[in-house]
Amino acid sequence: MKKFLSFLRGLLTFAALAAGLVAWALAPWPVLLGLAVAFALWMLLTRSGQQAASVAGVGISTLSQRAGSSSVVVIGIAGVVAVLVAMLSMAEGYRETLARTGSDDTAMVLRGASAAEVMSTLDLASINVIEQAPGIARDADGRPLASPETVVAANLPIKGGKPDEDGSVQLRGVGDRAWQVRPQIKIVQGRKFETGKREVVVGSGAQRQFAGMEVGKQIRLGSEQWAVVGIFKSGDATDSEVWADADMVASTYRRGASRNAVIAKLSDAKQFKAFKAALAGDPRLQVDTTTTAEYFAKQSEAMTKVIRIIGIVVGSIMAIGAVFGALNTMFATVATRAREIATLRAIGFRGLPVVVAVMLETMLLALLGGLIGGALAWVIFNGYTASTIAGGVGQLTFDFRVTGQLLWSGLKWALAIGFVGGLFPALRAATLPVTSALRAL
Amino acid sequence: MKYFHLIWAELMRRKTRTALTLLSIIAAFLLFGLLDGVRESFEQAGNSANGAKRLQTGSRLSFIQQLPMSLNDRIAQVPGVKQVTYANWFGGAYQDPHNQIFSFGVADNYLDLYPEMAVSAAHRKAFAATRTGVLVGEGLMKRFNWKVGQKLPLQSTIFTSSDGTKNWSFDIVGTLAATDKKSGGWFDQMILLHWKYFDDSTPYNRGQVGWYVTEVNDVNQSDRVAKAIDAISANSDHETKTQTEAAATASWMKQMADVGLIVGSIMGAVFFTLVLLTGNTMAQAVRERTSELAVLKTIGFPDRSVLLLVLAESVLLLLLGGTIGVAMADGLGPIVNAGSNGAINVPPIRWHSWSVALMLMVGIGLLVGLLPAIRAMRLNIVDALAGR
Repeated sequence: MKKFLSFLRGLLTFAALAAGLVAWALAPWPVLLGLAVAFALWMLLTRSGQQAASVAGVGISTLSQRAGSSSVVVIGIAGVVAVLVAMLSMAEGYRETLARTGSDDTAMVLRGASAAEVMSTLDLASINVIEQAPGIARDADGRPLASPETVVAANLPIKGGKPDEDGSVQLRGVGDRAWQVRPQIKIVQGRKFETGKREVVVGSGAQRQFAGMEVGKQIRLGSEQWAVVGIFKSGDATDSEVWADADMVASTYRRGASRNAVIAKLSDAKQFKAFKAALAGDPRLQVDTTTTAEYFAKQSEAMTKVIRIIGIVVGSIMAIGAVFGALNTMFATVATRAREIATLRAIGFRGLPVVVAVMLETMLLALLGGLIGGALAWVIFNGYTASTIAGGVGQLTFDFRVTGQLLWSGLKWALAIGFVGGLFPALRAATLPVTSALRAL
Repeated sequence: MKYFHLIWAELMRRKTRTALTLLSIIAAFLLFGLLDGVRESFEQAGNSANGAKRLQTGSRLSFIQQLPMSLNDRIAQVPGVKQVTYANWFGGAYQDPHNQIFSFGVADNYLDLYPEMAVSAAHRKAFAATRTGVLVGEGLMKRFNWKVGQKLPLQSTIFTSSDGTKNWSFDIVGTLAATDKKSGGWFDQMILLHWKYFDDSTPYNRGQVGWYVTEVNDVNQSDRVAKAIDAISANSDHETKTQTEAAATASWMKQMADVGLIVGSIMGAVFFTLVLLTGNTMAQAVRERTSELAVLKTIGFPDRSVLLLVLAESVLLLLLGGTIGVAMADGLGPIVNAGSNGAINVPPIRWHSWSVALMLMVGIGLLVGLLPAIRAMRLNIVDALAGR
């Protein structure tokens, strides 16, 4: 019966712990701040709180004597947090890059049921119809701000790769209106390409990824030599592209008069519905219309999800490992301090302050580990450039982004691990019969 | 082996601690199992013996550029070429354009070059006989709950069908399975349809193919054959690039992400943590047992035996935890695959991963046991018994 009761108690503690952890993971920071304030007040104002503070003070002041075993907790948790934050920052960087791309007031028109730009084709007749649709903004001369564009996946040698090693870059053939449709693109070096010449401007991301992307150099795209005349920067996914004159690209890649997509600047984001309805209602067209913001968000969805799932699975398994490590260390700590704790209890300290003190100590170690792990992830990975195939064709360059939000969730994980790792040893310290603990060596 | 009960008794001395250490070892090797499977499948993709015999010829311009059909006969005449086949992207998607499925239109002899795709004789016959027939990977069949014999509506994200829409209809006539699980389930996730039917139906194709696959007679000749194939279309408007399937897959995989690096650094972090945790526990265990070890020495155990006893204990602990962990990873893989709905594909763990894992277990066991073991070996009996 006694065994059964203690088993039941263990089970209840565990269930409460699981529920607590879920609440902890979901709670926003004001709630947690409130908790911390309440806890501090309890420590300052109540008798048992003051007792807990003094016991914890003793424990913390003797931490340096147990540096070896305490560092296990710190380093273990730092490892978990670093890995977790790094993985999530990769997903975050990828998502952010695509989320920044596109806007609500530019629309992308693709042939119906095309999953990506590169898979779509629009013939000249359709393009002419699309350009006359209502809702498109017009420039000073009254021409519609719609840019028919050719997109091909071009093979180029990778920087630092073997001589025959090619990567795939998204080569975009554009007309003069493309620059007005995307005002965020700035030429940072050299100049724009000239119409009718085999000249390209290169995005700063593509420049990092591929060999020979320097102003003044020649690169081979398709079966022709092209001169690199400029570098542009946009701060979004366009940075991974190479731009050239639409007619030259179409002739090199045998596209004729057809284009992949029309990007149109709308006079107002509110015009999108009308614009979309007009195109859908036109019997001459079979097209899908989305805002560019929506298009890029959809492109990043699957990949972001995959990276996140991997990150969380890996992080969880590591966290479990670290919890056991912390448990081990704290059990050992409690065991070596059993006499000390028993003495405290013998002279009148109650169970709760002892539990709180041991917990505080572990949480402090966990906090330290979380800070170190977050700092490591930030130092190593923030701004780390990676690339992956995106949109089915070209390499997309993106930076890892270690945001405050991620660091905060890493810290939350660390504290959760510390909590679990400290709770059971603390309970043990508080429930061990005083007499047998006093005898312990 | 004689002392096994002794080692066992040592491990059972503090059950909680042993259990906790074991659990963190299990966690680490579980992670190792999952990650190493992924790393291996990246590394091994297209690297099989069959893959080495095959050359892949695509457009030099870009992988979405197509090649003329006329190349087929000319490649077949290149000396050293045993047989040639071709395929084309179809860009199939089920229900939603974003729900894409690997689907190719293939030549009639395509399966001859891919012995690693298992198709039963009956299914193969049915495929050959049905113009609109498709062979579907087993994984896909399961994922969408399809049955052999049913109609399969697919959208193509690239090509329109004969009625001018993106909607195509096929008949599922059979299933594909990977005979060799080294492929990481790639063949279980694809659909093959007839290139001929595809070419006849779509107004956009006009007798072009995406890429050629060539089987060479002699693997050592493949470089020469590849150059000869590329020479056919040199300086034309459809220049080709021919490479072994392994090289083609490797360069494609490399573009996906720097997977090796990321996986490697994660494993590094995991093992660092693991070594630290276990090492600390071992040191603790030995410290606690100082007097017992001294008794062992007193009754005549030589120093070497004491050293080996402690080492054996830590190796045993790692072997136990590690084996359970990797076995769990083996069981967990399919669950992760199912949970991600096909987005993630953790391959089954192969003997190579197992052997690496075993080596790691023994290696880490020795590493973390070494310091405590040496300490135990050097114990001065008198001091130890006196508790100094």
